[in-house]
Amino acid sequence: MEIVLSAAIGILAASGVWLLLRPRTFQVIVGLCLLSYAVNLFIFAMGRLMVGVPPIMPRGGFIDPTAYADPLPQALVLTAIVIGFAATALFLVVLIAARGLTGNDHVDGKEPEA
Amino acid sequence: MIPAPEHLIIAPILIPFFAGALMLIYDDRQRRAKLAISLVSALATLVCALELLSRAKAQGPGGAELGLYRLGDWLAPWGIVLVNDRLSALMLVLTGLLALPALVYAAAGWHRQGPHFHSLFQFLLMGLNGAFLTGDLFNLFVFFELLLAASYGLLLHGGGQLRVRAGLHYIAVNLTGSALFLIGVSLVYGASGTLNMAQLAGLVPDLPEGRRALFHAGAALMGLAFLIKAGIWPLSFWLPTAYMAGAAPVAAMFAIMTKVGLYVILRLSFLLFGAGAGASAGFGAPVLIAGGMATILFGVIGILAAQGLGRIAAHLVLVSSGTILTAAGFVLAGADSAILAAALFYLLNSTLATSALFLLIEPMSREEGGIAGLLALTADAYGLDEREEEAAPGAGLAIPGTLSVLGLSFGACALALAGLPPLAGFLGKLGLLQGLLAGARAPDALHWVFAALLLGAGLATLIGLVRVGVQSFWAVDAPPPRVLALEIAPVMALIGLLVLLSLKAAPALGYMQQTARALVPPPPVVAPATATEVAP
Repeated sequence: MEIVLSAAIGILAASGVWLLLRPRTFQVIVGLCLLSYAVNLFIFAMGRLMVGVPPIMPRGGFIDPTAYADPLPQALVLTAIVIGFAATALFLVVLIAARGLTGNDHVDGKEPEA
Repeated sequence: MIPAPEHLIIAPILIPFFAGALMLIYDDRQRRAKLAISLVSALATLVCALELLSRAKAQGPGGAELGLYRLGDWLAPWGIVLVNDRLSALMLVLTGLLALPALVYAAAGWHRQGPHFHSLFQFLLMGLNGAFLTGDLFNLFVFFELLLAASYGLLLHGGGQLRVRAGLHYIAVNLTGSALFLIGVSLVYGASGTLNMAQLAGLVPDLPEGRRALFHAGAALMGLAFLIKAGIWPLSFWLPTAYMAGAAPVAAMFAIMTKVGLYVILRLSFLLFGAGAGASAGFGAPVLIAGGMATILFGVIGILAAQGLGRIAAHLVLVSSGTILTAAGFVLAGADSAILAAALFYLLNSTLATSALFLLIEPMSREEGGIAGLLALTADAYGLDEREEEAAPGAGLAIPGTLSVLGLSFGACALALAGLPPLAGFLGKLGLLQGLLAGARAPDALHWVFAALLLGAGLATLIGLVRVGVQSFWAVDAPPPRVLALEIAPVMALIGLLVLLSLKAAPALGYMQQTARALVPPPPVVAPATATEVAP
């Protein structure tokens, strides 16, 4: 499982960075999305990987913490998803405004002279 | 007098939050009401910040009794804490001092140029204050995102192709920075199991070797995110265009945005990698020194090469960032904490002066028709409904002797930024040089390089600003522009603060020294036996 997850994070991050460096605004925003997916998975993985273990502990008595997943990264990743989603939406609006104002979708607002 | 004094720490976050939310209910035509709410909120925040400052001053010199506030009264490692110490209180007061003039300036017409200016402004204040107060890494991320989201909106305020293009770059860079920040935070959590700054500081010396490397990687990634915001070279190419493109009051407020990055670097570096951090002590100091110096150099070249005042002002922001980063690097590497005190004093002075300069740019380069023409144009572009209860834009008290007032204000800013007497900039630079060259330890080559860069930056600032000053005040034939009293009063207020800082330099420097001493605790006393074992 570790290898699958780390490969997923790696591929997502690599594609994200590559797209981020492309000249079209649409490529940049897709790159940012992929990068944020990679980051979210990474935060999740920092709580250690466990399968079929609940993050919420029952009430009362002594319990064995190793039988439960770490709830904190799950809370963090939720916050990160919400914030990232909002920021991406805002970026999308700016991107469309830039397309409308400049008439093309280059990140610098004009095509480089060939 | 205050019903529950222990809750005051959270007031600088809650006041702008409620003010901003309240203003969202109103229609954008109720500008006078919005302005009043905004001003009252900024004033109340400033009063709270001043009270917190006087409380922080009463704390013990070693930071023995910190102002702590536990949100929801959860205990420290589980709950989130707000911490008010000398550095936080200083930054809060600085934010308040910048916010009021910027708002008054915006009242002259800028706030009419687009929707929701005042709400965004209040949310920016909330994010800034929260970032300065929080004692938890993830909470810091949340407040950072808050202030960034507000700053995206503010940067785009007024619209236009230049702003949208600069905003596009600014948002892309900062979203990438936030991704780095998140990776860093989660690595730190994975390596140490906590996100509470104070608890982290206690854990760092005893981290096992395998995890220390992970922890360093996480801290380095987080540091990268803050350095992007602080504008370190080579991560600063977005900054000049973004600062230039912002509307005047927005750019004046942005003068503190790089300082948020600097604040976090100062706070976390000395907390996590100070002298007591065992094997991690001094981590990152070489990067700060080298990067800071490169930033100063880049800023100097930018100032000399710039054609317009906007670009010069933006590069001045870079010079100021670079100076403080380098000073922090030296202190982290073991230099005297007096350098840090001088750097903080310099920070206060340069932030106020840059902010005043950003407010001066637009009136100085104003064409025929003044702000009224400009606003009429944007009102057309937006199809804004002009049925407002107030008078036409641009109406109001114009000041006499426009050119001399503008010229004197500009001169004062130039003196403060170049570090010439009699203003406080001189004292800050003098303190830095004194700490560098006359400290307890003999200065090495790097100290001399930094000293030379400091003096060179002062000279370049003077050359750049004088050139612009000559062009706009002496070599003009056109009739002087019409400048409103509402626009010049905030500039005067900021310059008044600079003069006050120069007059009250002794208490201010004393405060900074205490702050620096609290940030940089003296090296722990090591028993002689172990010391000889460790020594090579």
